[in-house]
Amino acid sequence: MKAPDENDLHALIDGKLSPEYRAQVEAALVENPALRAEVEAWRAQRNALRELGMNAADGAVPLRFLNIVQPRRAAWMPWLGSAVAGAMMGVAGWFGHAWYAGAGEATDMRARFVHDAVVAHAVYSPEVRHPVEVGADQSAHLVQWLSKRLGAQLKVPALQSQGYELVGGRLLPGGDGARAQFMYQDTAGNRITLYVTVLAKGTSPGTTAFRFEEGNPVAAFYWIDGEFGYALAGNLSRSSLLELSKLVYSQLTG
Amino acid sequence: MNGERIVPHIPGLRRYARLLTGDSHRADDLVQDTLLRACVKWTLWRPDSDLRAWLFTIMHNLFINQLRAALPESVQLDDMVDAGHAEDASVGIDLERALARLPDDQREVLLMVTVEDFSYACLARVTGVPIGTVMSRLSRGRRRLREAMEGTRETADARSHLKVMK
Repeated sequence: MKAPDENDLHALIDGKLSPEYRAQVEAALVENPALRAEVEAWRAQRNALRELGMNAADGAVPLRFLNIVQPRRAAWMPWLGSAVAGAMMGVAGWFGHAWYAGAGEATDMRARFVHDAVVAHAVYSPEVRHPVEVGADQSAHLVQWLSKRLGAQLKVPALQSQGYELVGGRLLPGGDGARAQFMYQDTAGNRITLYVTVLAKGTSPGTTAFRFEEGNPVAAFYWIDGEFGYALAGNLSRSSLLELSKLVYSQLTG
Repeated sequence: MNGERIVPHIPGLRRYARLLTGDSHRADDLVQDTLLRACVKWTLWRPDSDLRAWLFTIMHNLFINQLRAALPESVQLDDMVDAGHAEDASVGIDLERALARLPDDQREVLLMVTVEDFSYACLARVTGVPIGTVMSRLSRGRRRLREAMEGTRETADARSHLKVMK
Protein backbone atom coordinates (compact mmCIF):
# COMPACT_ATOMS: atom_id res chain seq x y z
CA MET A 1 0.00 0.00 0.00
CA LYS A 2 0.97 3.62 -0.22
CA ALA A 3 2.37 5.20 2.91
CA PRO A 4 -0.36 5.29 5.55
CA ASP A 5 -1.77 8.74 6.25
CA GLU A 6 -1.76 10.18 9.72
CA ASN A 7 -5.36 9.23 10.48
CA ASP A 8 -4.41 5.61 9.79
CA LEU A 9 -1.68 5.88 12.39
CA HIS A 10 -4.01 7.26 15.05
CA ALA A 11 -6.58 4.58 14.28
CA LEU A 12 -3.86 1.95 14.51
CA ILE A 13 -2.76 3.15 17.93
CA ASP A 14 -6.33 3.45 19.17
CA GLY A 15 -7.30 -0.01 17.94
CA LYS A 16 -9.89 1.30 15.50
CA LEU A 17 -8.72 -0.54 12.36
CA SER A 18 -10.13 -3.72 10.89
CA PRO A 19 -7.68 -6.65 11.21
CA GLU A 20 -6.98 -6.64 7.46
CA TYR A 21 -6.30 -2.94 7.20
CA ARG A 22 -4.30 -3.01 10.39
CA ALA A 23 -2.00 -5.63 8.87
CA GLN A 24 -1.48 -3.44 5.83
CA VAL A 25 -0.64 -0.38 7.90
CA GLU A 26 1.78 -2.35 10.07
CA ALA A 27 3.45 -3.76 6.97
CA ALA A 28 3.89 -0.25 5.61
CA LEU A 29 5.45 0.86 8.87
CA VAL A 30 8.15 -1.82 8.65
CA GLU A 31 9.56 0.05 5.68
CA ASN A 32 9.41 3.42 7.37
CA PRO A 33 11.46 3.63 10.58
CA ALA A 34 10.70 7.31 11.14
CA LEU A 35 6.95 6.74 11.09
CA ARG A 36 7.39 3.63 13.19
CA ALA A 37 9.19 5.63 15.85
CA GLU A 38 6.42 8.22 15.85
CA VAL A 39 3.80 5.52 16.27
CA GLU A 40 5.72 3.89 19.10
CA ALA A 41 6.04 7.21 20.91
CA TRP A 42 2.32 7.87 20.60
CA ARG A 43 1.53 4.34 21.70
CA ALA A 44 3.67 4.78 24.80
CA GLN A 45 1.91 8.08 25.44
CA ARG A 46 -1.49 6.40 25.11
CA ASN A 47 -0.48 3.73 27.62
CA ALA A 48 0.82 6.35 30.03
CA LEU A 49 -2.45 8.28 29.80
CA ARG A 50 -4.47 5.14 30.44
CA GLU A 51 -2.36 4.41 33.48
CA LEU A 52 -2.93 7.97 34.68
CA GLY A 53 -6.67 7.36 34.22
CA MET A 54 -6.54 4.21 36.32
CA ASN A 55 -4.83 6.11 39.10
CA ALA A 56 -7.31 8.97 38.86
CA ALA A 57 -10.30 6.73 39.45
CA ASP A 58 -10.67 5.77 43.06
CA GLY A 59 -13.35 3.11 43.02
CA ALA A 60 -16.05 4.20 45.42
CA VAL A 61 -18.63 6.60 44.09
CA PRO A 62 -19.31 9.34 46.65
CA LEU A 63 -22.74 9.22 48.22
CA ARG A 64 -23.46 12.76 47.18
CA PHE A 65 -23.39 11.65 43.56
CA LEU A 66 -25.60 8.66 44.22
CA ASN A 67 -28.06 10.91 45.97
CA ILE A 68 -28.39 13.09 42.93
CA VAL A 69 -29.37 10.24 40.64
CA GLN A 70 -31.21 8.21 43.29
CA PRO A 71 -32.61 10.93 45.54
CA ARG A 72 -34.66 8.71 47.79
CA ARG A 73 -31.98 6.23 48.73
CA ALA A 74 -31.91 5.51 52.41
CA ALA A 75 -28.19 6.22 52.38
CA TRP A 76 -28.41 9.96 51.94
CA MET A 77 -28.29 10.81 55.63
CA PRO A 78 -24.61 10.09 56.27
CA TRP A 79 -23.49 12.39 53.51
CA LEU A 80 -25.67 15.31 54.47
CA GLY A 81 -24.37 15.19 57.98
CA SER A 82 -25.87 16.36 61.18
CA ALA A 83 -26.95 19.79 60.02
CA VAL A 84 -29.43 18.65 57.44
CA ALA A 85 -30.30 15.50 59.33
CA GLY A 86 -31.43 17.80 62.12
CA ALA A 87 -33.51 19.79 59.70
CA MET A 88 -35.03 16.60 58.38
CA MET A 89 -36.01 15.54 61.88
CA GLY A 90 -37.98 18.74 62.06
CA VAL A 91 -39.43 18.08 58.67
CA ALA A 92 -40.45 14.61 59.77
CA GLY A 93 -42.77 16.26 62.25
CA TRP A 94 -44.28 18.27 59.49
CA PHE A 95 -45.02 15.10 57.57
CA GLY A 96 -47.71 14.50 60.17
CA HIS A 97 -49.81 17.25 58.62
CA ALA A 98 -51.52 16.43 55.38
CA TRP A 99 -50.59 18.63 52.44
CA TYR A 100 -54.30 18.61 52.18
CA ALA A 101 -56.69 16.37 53.97
CA GLY A 102 -56.48 12.67 53.43
CA ALA A 103 -54.53 12.50 50.20
CA GLY A 104 -51.70 10.00 50.28
CA GLU A 105 -50.30 11.08 46.97
CA ALA A 106 -50.25 14.71 47.96
CA THR A 107 -48.53 13.85 51.21
CA ASP A 108 -45.83 12.06 49.26
CA MET A 109 -45.49 15.04 46.95
CA ARG A 110 -45.09 17.39 49.90
CA ALA A 111 -42.59 15.10 51.57
CA ARG A 112 -40.49 15.07 48.45
CA PHE A 113 -40.77 18.82 48.05
CA VAL A 114 -39.59 19.45 51.58
CA HIS A 115 -36.79 16.93 51.23
CA ASP A 116 -35.63 18.52 47.98
CA ALA A 117 -35.77 22.03 49.40
CA VAL A 118 -33.65 21.16 52.41
CA VAL A 119 -31.13 19.21 50.36
CA ALA A 120 -30.88 22.01 47.81
CA HIS A 121 -30.19 24.54 50.55
CA ALA A 122 -27.58 22.30 52.15
CA VAL A 123 -25.87 21.64 48.82
CA TYR A 124 -25.71 25.13 47.39
CA SER A 125 -25.71 27.64 50.21
CA PRO A 126 -22.10 26.78 51.25
CA GLU A 127 -20.94 26.81 47.63
CA VAL A 128 -18.16 29.33 47.07
CA ARG A 129 -17.38 28.91 43.41
CA HIS A 130 -20.76 28.13 41.85
CA PRO A 131 -23.54 29.13 44.25
CA VAL A 132 -25.88 29.91 41.34
CA GLU A 133 -26.18 29.12 37.66
CA VAL A 134 -27.36 32.55 36.62
CA GLY A 135 -26.31 35.57 38.63
CA ALA A 136 -28.36 38.53 39.80
CA ASP A 137 -26.70 40.68 37.14
CA GLN A 138 -28.86 38.79 34.65
CA SER A 139 -32.00 38.75 36.76
CA ALA A 140 -34.37 39.32 33.83
CA HIS A 141 -32.91 36.34 32.01
CA LEU A 142 -32.95 34.32 35.21
CA VAL A 143 -36.67 34.85 35.75
CA GLN A 144 -37.52 34.28 32.11
CA TRP A 145 -35.48 31.09 31.96
CA LEU A 146 -36.77 29.57 35.19
CA SER A 147 -40.36 30.55 34.39
CA LYS A 148 -40.06 28.80 31.07
CA ARG A 149 -38.61 25.68 32.63
CA LEU A 150 -41.12 25.50 35.47
CA GLY A 151 -44.01 26.31 33.19
CA ALA A 152 -45.40 29.25 35.15
CA GLN A 153 -44.52 32.91 35.48
CA LEU A 154 -42.22 33.29 38.48
CA LYS A 155 -41.41 36.44 40.38
CA VAL A 156 -38.29 37.12 42.37
CA PRO A 157 -38.96 38.91 45.63
CA ALA A 158 -36.76 41.87 46.56
CA LEU A 159 -35.41 41.49 50.07
CA GLN A 160 -33.05 44.48 50.24
CA SER A 161 -35.23 46.05 52.89
CA GLN A 162 -34.24 43.16 55.13
CA GLY A 163 -30.59 43.37 54.11
CA TYR A 164 -30.57 40.54 51.58
CA GLU A 165 -29.35 40.96 48.03
CA LEU A 166 -30.19 38.47 45.31
CA VAL A 167 -27.18 36.30 44.40
CA GLY A 168 -28.96 34.53 41.56
CA GLY A 169 -30.70 31.27 40.96
CA ARG A 170 -30.53 27.84 39.53
CA LEU A 171 -32.65 25.16 37.98
CA LEU A 172 -32.89 21.90 39.90
CA PRO A 173 -34.49 18.52 39.35
CA GLY A 174 -37.15 17.52 41.79
CA GLY A 175 -40.22 15.35 41.91
CA ASP A 176 -41.59 15.05 38.41
CA GLY A 177 -39.99 18.12 36.94
CA ALA A 178 -38.04 21.27 37.37
CA ARG A 179 -37.63 23.35 40.50
CA ALA A 180 -36.14 26.78 40.99
CA GLN A 181 -33.87 27.97 43.76
CA PHE A 182 -33.20 31.67 44.37
CA MET A 183 -30.34 32.55 46.66
CA TYR A 184 -29.91 35.71 48.71
CA GLN A 185 -27.03 36.91 50.79
CA ASP A 186 -26.55 39.60 53.39
CA THR A 187 -23.43 41.72 53.79
CA ALA A 188 -21.97 39.19 56.24
CA GLY A 189 -22.32 36.43 53.63
CA ASN A 190 -25.24 34.65 55.33
CA ARG A 191 -27.37 32.99 52.75
CA ILE A 192 -31.03 32.15 52.51
CA THR A 193 -32.67 30.23 49.70
CA LEU A 194 -36.16 30.36 48.30
CA TYR A 195 -37.13 27.06 46.73
CA VAL A 196 -40.05 27.07 44.34
CA THR A 197 -42.14 24.38 42.72
CA VAL A 198 -45.13 24.59 40.45
CA LEU A 199 -47.80 22.16 41.61
CA ALA A 200 -49.41 19.84 39.10
CA LYS A 201 -52.81 21.04 37.94
CA GLY A 202 -55.57 20.23 40.36
CA THR A 203 -53.27 19.32 43.25
CA SER A 204 -53.03 22.68 44.96
CA PRO A 205 -54.93 23.04 48.23
CA GLY A 206 -55.18 26.76 47.54
CA THR A 207 -53.20 28.75 50.04
CA THR A 208 -51.81 27.34 53.24
CA ALA A 209 -50.49 28.92 56.40
CA PHE A 210 -46.75 29.32 56.96
CA ARG A 211 -45.31 26.27 58.60
CA PHE A 212 -42.07 26.56 60.48
CA GLU A 213 -39.54 23.78 60.85
CA GLU A 214 -36.53 24.37 63.03
CA GLY A 215 -33.59 22.26 62.07
CA ASN A 216 -30.06 22.47 63.31
CA PRO A 217 -28.99 24.91 61.92
CA VAL A 218 -31.22 24.99 58.86
CA ALA A 219 -34.65 26.36 59.59
CA ALA A 220 -37.36 26.84 57.03
CA PHE A 221 -40.83 28.15 56.45
CA TYR A 222 -43.05 26.32 53.97
CA TRP A 223 -46.25 27.45 52.37
CA ILE A 224 -48.39 27.03 49.30
CA ASP A 225 -49.82 29.92 47.39
CA GLY A 226 -52.05 28.98 44.49
CA GLU A 227 -50.15 26.87 42.00
CA PHE A 228 -46.80 27.50 43.72
CA GLY A 229 -45.15 25.75 46.63
CA TYR A 230 -42.42 27.65 48.46
CA ALA A 231 -39.77 26.90 51.04
CA LEU A 232 -37.60 29.64 52.50
CA ALA A 233 -34.58 28.17 54.24
CA GLY A 234 -31.78 29.78 56.18
CA ASN A 235 -29.78 29.75 59.36
CA LEU A 236 -31.91 32.34 61.09
CA SER A 237 -34.13 32.70 64.10
CA ARG A 238 -37.77 31.86 63.71
CA SER A 239 -38.81 35.49 63.96
CA SER A 240 -36.30 36.69 61.34
CA LEU A 241 -37.27 33.93 58.96
CA LEU A 242 -40.94 34.63 59.50
CA GLU A 243 -40.45 38.32 58.72
CA LEU A 244 -38.69 37.35 55.51
CA SER A 245 -41.34 34.78 54.63
CA LYS A 246 -44.10 37.34 55.09
CA LEU A 247 -42.20 39.76 52.91
CA VAL A 248 -41.73 37.11 50.24
CA TYR A 249 -45.37 36.11 50.44
CA SER A 250 -46.62 39.68 50.19
CA GLN A 251 -44.52 40.27 47.09
CA LEU A 252 -45.37 37.02 45.36
CA THR A 253 -49.06 36.59 46.03
CA GLY A 254 -51.65 37.63 43.52
CA MET B 1 -35.98 8.73 36.67
CA ASN B 2 -33.70 5.83 35.95
CA GLY B 3 -30.85 6.82 38.20
CA GLU B 4 -29.73 3.22 38.40
CA ARG B 5 -28.71 3.38 34.78
CA ILE B 6 -26.51 6.42 35.33
CA VAL B 7 -24.65 5.05 38.35
CA PRO B 8 -22.35 2.70 36.38
CA HIS B 9 -21.09 5.69 34.38
CA ILE B 10 -20.16 7.85 37.36
CA PRO B 11 -16.63 6.39 37.82
CA GLY B 12 -15.82 7.10 34.16
CA LEU B 13 -17.18 10.63 34.42
CA ARG B 14 -15.07 11.26 37.52
CA ARG B 15 -11.94 9.84 35.96
CA TYR B 16 -12.38 11.92 32.85
CA ALA B 17 -13.22 15.09 34.78
CA ARG B 18 -10.22 14.56 37.04
CA LEU B 19 -7.79 14.36 34.12
CA LEU B 20 -9.57 17.09 32.19
CA THR B 21 -9.49 19.67 34.97
CA GLY B 22 -6.36 18.47 36.78
CA ASP B 23 -8.07 19.28 40.06
CA SER B 24 -10.14 16.84 42.09
CA HIS B 25 -12.44 19.49 43.61
CA ARG B 26 -13.14 21.12 40.30
CA ALA B 27 -13.63 17.67 38.78
CA ASP B 28 -16.22 16.65 41.34
CA ASP B 29 -18.04 19.97 40.90
CA LEU B 30 -18.17 19.20 37.20
CA VAL B 31 -19.45 15.67 37.82
CA GLN B 32 -22.08 16.98 40.22
CA ASP B 33 -23.29 19.58 37.75
CA THR B 34 -23.35 16.93 35.03
CA LEU B 35 -25.50 14.59 37.11
CA LEU B 36 -27.88 17.36 38.13
CA ARG B 37 -28.24 18.45 34.53
CA ALA B 38 -28.76 14.86 33.45
CA CYS B 39 -31.58 14.50 35.99
CA VAL B 40 -33.24 17.68 34.78
CA LYS B 41 -32.89 16.72 31.15
CA TRP B 42 -33.62 13.04 31.65
CA THR B 43 -36.77 13.08 29.53
CA LEU B 44 -34.65 14.22 26.57
CA TRP B 45 -32.55 11.06 26.60
CA ARG B 46 -33.73 8.51 24.04
CA PRO B 47 -33.65 5.03 25.57
CA ASP B 48 -32.18 3.49 22.43
CA SER B 49 -29.21 5.87 22.36
CA ASP B 50 -25.82 5.72 24.04
CA LEU B 51 -26.28 6.86 27.63
CA ARG B 52 -22.53 7.21 28.27
CA ALA B 53 -22.08 9.44 25.21
CA TRP B 54 -25.09 11.51 26.32
CA LEU B 55 -23.58 12.05 29.78
CA PHE B 56 -20.21 12.99 28.33
CA THR B 57 -21.95 15.41 25.98
CA ILE B 58 -23.55 17.12 28.97
CA MET B 59 -20.20 17.28 30.74
CA HIS B 60 -18.48 18.62 27.62
CA ASN B 61 -21.05 21.39 27.29
CA LEU B 62 -20.76 22.36 30.95
CA PHE B 63 -16.98 22.40 30.70
CA ILE B 64 -17.04 24.55 27.57
CA ASN B 65 -19.49 26.95 29.19
CA GLN B 66 -17.22 27.27 32.21
CA LEU B 67 -14.31 28.09 29.95
CA ARG B 68 -16.32 30.68 28.07
CA ALA B 69 -17.34 32.24 31.34
CA ALA B 70 -13.75 32.28 32.57
CA LEU B 71 -11.93 33.51 29.47
CA PRO B 72 -12.14 36.73 27.51
CA GLU B 73 -13.83 35.95 24.21
CA SER B 74 -10.94 37.18 22.14
CA VAL B 75 -8.64 34.43 23.38
CA GLN B 76 -8.70 31.43 21.10
CA LEU B 77 -7.76 28.29 22.94
CA ASP B 78 -5.72 27.00 20.07
CA ASP B 79 -3.68 30.17 20.05
CA MET B 80 -2.64 29.81 23.63
CA VAL B 81 0.98 28.80 23.33
CA ASP B 82 2.86 27.77 26.41
CA ALA B 83 5.44 30.51 26.11
CA GLY B 84 5.09 31.16 29.79
CA HIS B 85 6.30 27.66 30.51
CA ALA B 86 9.19 27.59 28.09
CA GLU B 87 11.64 28.17 30.91
CA ASP B 88 10.91 24.94 32.74
CA ALA B 89 10.35 22.86 29.63
CA SER B 90 14.01 21.94 29.54
CA VAL B 91 13.99 20.39 32.98
CA GLY B 92 11.24 17.97 32.04
CA ILE B 93 7.74 17.79 33.47
CA ASP B 94 5.47 14.98 34.37
CA LEU B 95 2.61 13.77 32.26
CA GLU B 96 -0.11 15.41 34.29
CA ARG B 97 1.44 18.84 34.08
CA ALA B 98 2.05 18.38 30.37
CA LEU B 99 -1.58 17.39 29.96
CA ALA B 100 -2.73 20.48 31.83
CA ARG B 101 -0.80 22.65 29.40
CA LEU B 102 -2.58 21.30 26.34
CA PRO B 103 -5.30 23.48 24.84
CA ASP B 104 -8.59 22.35 26.38
CA ASP B 105 -10.11 21.07 23.15
CA GLN B 106 -7.06 18.92 22.43
CA ARG B 107 -6.97 17.57 25.98
CA GLU B 108 -10.65 16.65 25.75
CA VAL B 109 -10.24 14.70 22.54
CA LEU B 110 -7.03 13.01 23.60
CA LEU B 111 -8.55 11.83 26.90
CA MET B 112 -11.85 10.70 25.43
CA VAL B 113 -10.03 8.68 22.78
CA THR B 114 -7.24 7.15 24.82
CA VAL B 115 -8.66 6.80 28.32
CA GLU B 116 -12.39 6.55 27.63
CA ASP B 117 -12.17 4.59 24.36
CA PHE B 118 -14.74 6.62 22.45
CA SER B 119 -14.86 6.09 18.70
CA TYR B 120 -13.87 9.09 16.60
CA ALA B 121 -17.39 9.34 15.16
CA CYS B 122 -18.97 9.23 18.61
CA LEU B 123 -16.52 11.86 19.82
CA ALA B 124 -17.53 14.14 16.95
CA ARG B 125 -21.12 13.95 18.19
CA VAL B 126 -20.17 14.42 21.83
CA THR B 127 -18.09 17.53 21.15
CA GLY B 128 -20.30 18.80 18.34
CA VAL B 129 -17.59 19.19 15.71
CA PRO B 130 -16.87 17.44 12.38
CA ILE B 131 -14.82 14.27 12.57
CA GLY B 132 -11.99 16.01 10.68
CA THR B 133 -11.75 18.47 13.57
CA VAL B 134 -11.62 15.59 16.03
CA MET B 135 -8.74 14.04 14.10
CA SER B 136 -6.80 17.27 13.86
CA ARG B 137 -7.25 17.93 17.60
CA LEU B 138 -6.10 14.40 18.32
CA SER B 139 -3.08 14.85 16.09
CA ARG B 140 -2.09 18.20 17.54
CA GLY B 141 -2.74 16.96 21.05
CA ARG B 142 -0.50 13.94 20.62
CA ARG B 143 2.29 15.97 19.07
CA ARG B 144 2.13 18.75 21.57
CA LEU B 145 1.98 16.40 24.54
CA ARG B 146 4.96 14.49 23.19
CA GLU B 147 6.90 17.69 22.73
CA ALA B 148 6.04 18.81 26.22
CA MET B 149 7.17 15.47 27.64
CA GLU B 150 10.35 15.46 25.67
CA GLY B 151 10.80 18.97 26.90
CA THR B 152 13.87 20.23 25.28
CA ARG B 153 13.16 19.61 21.64
CA GLU B 154 10.99 22.60 20.92
CA THR B 155 13.02 25.01 22.97
CA ALA B 156 16.28 23.65 21.58
CA ASP B 157 14.99 24.16 18.05
CA ALA B 158 13.93 27.66 18.89
CA ARG B 159 17.33 28.44 20.35
CA SER B 160 19.26 27.14 17.36
CA HIS B 161 16.95 29.09 15.13
CA LEU B 162 17.77 32.23 17.07
CA LYS B 163 21.46 31.59 16.66
CA VAL B 164 21.09 31.30 12.92
CA MET B 165 19.23 34.55 12.82
CA LYS B 166 22.15 36.35 14.43
